[in-house]
Amino acid sequence: MTPAAGSVGIVHPQRASFAEALPLSSGAALPGFELVYETYGTLDAARSNAILVCHALNASHHVAGSYADQVDSEGWWDNMVGPGKPVDTNRFFVVGVNNIGSCFGSTGPASINPATGKPWGSDFPIVTVEDWVDAQARLADRLGIARFAAVMGGSLGGMQAVSWAIRYPERIASALVIAAAPNLSAQNIAFNEVARAAIMTDPEFHDGHYYAHGVKPVRGLRVARMIGHITYISDEQMGEKFGRALREGLNYSFAPEFEIESYLRYQGEKFSEYFDANTYLRITKALDYFDPAAATGGDLARALAPATCRFLVVSFTTDWRFAPARSREIVKALVDNRRDVSYAEIAAPHGHDAFLLDTPQYHAIVRTYLERLAG
Amino acid sequence: MTRFTRPDFSTIAGWITRGAQVLDLGCGDGSLFAYLRDERGVSGYGIEIDDAGVLASIGNGINVIQSDLESGLAGFDDQSFDSVILSQTLQAMRHTEEIVLEMLRVGREAIVTFPNFGHWSHRAQVLLGRMPVSPSLPYQWFDTPNIHLCTVADFDAFCAAHAFDVLERVVLHDARRVTVLPNLFGSLAIYRFRRR
Repeated sequence: MTPAAGSVGIVHPQRASFAEALPLSSGAALPGFELVYETYGTLDAARSNAILVCHALNASHHVAGSYADQVDSEGWWDNMVGPGKPVDTNRFFVVGVNNIGSCFGSTGPASINPATGKPWGSDFPIVTVEDWVDAQARLADRLGIARFAAVMGGSLGGMQAVSWAIRYPERIASALVIAAAPNLSAQNIAFNEVARAAIMTDPEFHDGHYYAHGVKPVRGLRVARMIGHITYISDEQMGEKFGRALREGLNYSFAPEFEIESYLRYQGEKFSEYFDANTYLRITKALDYFDPAAATGGDLARALAPATCRFLVVSFTTDWRFAPARSREIVKALVDNRRDVSYAEIAAPHGHDAFLLDTPQYHAIVRTYLERLAG
Repeated sequence: MTRFTRPDFSTIAGWITRGAQVLDLGCGDGSLFAYLRDERGVSGYGIEIDDAGVLASIGNGINVIQSDLESGLAGFDDQSFDSVILSQTLQAMRHTEEIVLEMLRVGREAIVTFPNFGHWSHRAQVLLGRMPVSPSLPYQWFDTPNIHLCTVADFDAFCAAHAFDVLERVVLHDARRVTVLPNLFGSLAIYRFRRR
């Protein structure tokens, strides 16, 4: 019997400052940084029940619960994390952390560059998945977590879980890699490049120093989000949801006439109000660069050889952005290393976005896997 | 903890080297693999296509990979496992010959179990003009998943035709070994074989 699942309730973001510079993949270093994070549940006496949740492109440390002073402020994975939920906060101490380069509180392009006293803007270094993981490890040190029971994430978050397993094998008991890929395909990179081009050709981009001009390249950001959004949904789902439905009728004009047009415009509009263009550029770069097998001549099995933790890999049948075949590459590399790995391919119509939804089989798999983990 | 074990489990366990690397194709809820893990300390993976089976296997704490056996074992390298098991699944597969060849590509040995269509009760029902229904074939003709049923004699011929070296053959009925006229009195056949 599944107990009635609840919310973690009102939550409060916390902030951790790190004075020591963070060496980055690019060779540059971030001279000290801050991470914003949230925690849910209680760290046990042995400090062995911590789960790190890594976020994807547009999300943050705010994984579950709500803010007292904000309506509709539910965390992005509230259906997954909470008391009695698949990631059960009655049992686990869950940490959500905002990555560096983001625009939700951790040090990023809109933060003040200590060298100039002005916002970093385009001077903020390009950061990678590995850099994020290294920064997260510093937070784990701060929280007194020597070893996570699990590191988990969907999409780009799943890539961080893979990176954790490779970089810090002794600090992670299991990795839950959901709707991820071992690297981006050329098509994926192409979509990202179109998104970046939309932002960087916006007249209000000002080479990334738009903060100083008091403007934001919102038009570029809108288009970037519209493109992204198309790739997160399956053709099937989009057809079912919108089809060729019209808002009123054909007006023989360029105003949005099809429902899908106004939906995409709405999504772009909403996104451009809360997201930062410099962050979008950097996160898409981090996606493009992620390729652990690049260090081993393209041999993913060899790249994953240091990863000794247990793995759960999950994909969704209609996800064409990070298709099941890409998850199976990860599974094969782990099998080649004889690692403990289970793989579930969830039948879901929603495309890539399915990892954020609560398809019963998906949630049951995550719940059961974590229950076994807790013993 | 008591666990339901099918009669073929202990025979299979007896043929598996302690600590062997095993693939269990069509692992269902993972109970055979869990049995082999507990009894013989094996490691490896179960393969299952059914959602409920995958979930139950994870609940049983085994490594399970959701995959369709009909499309082969592409995720596994040649000769990379000690034993590849196909327990009570052969008769329900479309690509019967292909999966057996795949088993011997990936594994050094194959273990196959199947219900014996040659059991006298099945023969009697066919003689009386009906499709057989029995404890080992518990389905009606219209709802059976079994599409490639065979007899012990058929499988012997199959192995001979493919030049497989049959290392062991055990035929059971009511969990007891049948040595006299096994194709007539046995309801469950268990083979261990490899390439010659």
